[in-house]
Amino acid sequence: MNEIPISYFLVLSAILFGLGVLAFVFKRNIITVFMAIELMLNAVNLAFVAFDRARGGAHDGWVFVFFVIVVAAAEAAVGLAIAITVVHNRQSLNIERVNLLKF
Amino acid sequence: MTLPLILFFVFGGLAVIGALMMIFLREPIHSALALILVMVALAALYLLLGAEFIAAVQIIVYAGAVMVLFVFVIMLLNAGEEERTNISKLAHYVGWPLGIFLTVELVYWISRTAIGARTSAPAIATGDPTRDLSMLLFKSYLFPFEITSILILIALIGALVLAKRNS
Repeated sequence: MNEIPISYFLVLSAILFGLGVLAFVFKRNIITVFMAIELMLNAVNLAFVAFDRARGGAHDGWVFVFFVIVVAAAEAAVGLAIAITVVHNRQSLNIERVNLLKF
Repeated sequence: MTLPLILFFVFGGLAVIGALMMIFLREPIHSALALILVMVALAALYLLLGAEFIAAVQIIVYAGAVMVLFVFVIMLLNAGEEERTNISKLAHYVGWPLGIFLTVELVYWISRTAIGARTSAPAIATGDPTRDLSMLLFKSYLFPFEITSILILIALIGALVLAKRNS
């Protein structure tokens, strides 16, 4: 009944991951950079679910998706707290202003 | 074209369009809404892959909780339009080609693998998938599951410590 090749899902996952990398490199706002990380994690989740479907049998891939979602949620909480601290110290969301360790 | 294939292209296209909108829109709140579009489209794709429970978790945790957190912080910090700063020449002339090269290479190698040729048709109908998942999570993966709760506790404390104004 359901005959989509797994490679379609993997190619979509790769495209989304590539767009996430581009967004991560080119966005200039701390919050949008975090959103790019979330996009990459979502692309990886899609690949996990597709591989799980290709393997058949036990659903180990879904468990990994769970762990990725949990870690992403924790990372978003800490990352946004860091963003708030940066704004308090720098009065700007621009990532170019965070250059204390840059030479 | 069968119905699942049409649905795949509709929701896959929505996901890619949402990701492109996230990159090219300059207001952070618009980027956040575009990312919600990507996540909802991905949830539909999980349904297409037979992962109903993962689709529900995707909607509830990602499109719900995480993105509400993002929108909340955008509103809290009153984030306006992104400043256009002149990015370094290296990033401009090397970044785009390298990003596109990464994507093309990933697509090329994936389309050549053997596992990609398999279809998403169910191999063996094994009872209730959500039951299997919970069995795995609370038997084989019990220790990582418990470690995850400690990770969340650490993230909670860390976020509190970071967000507190040190007076």
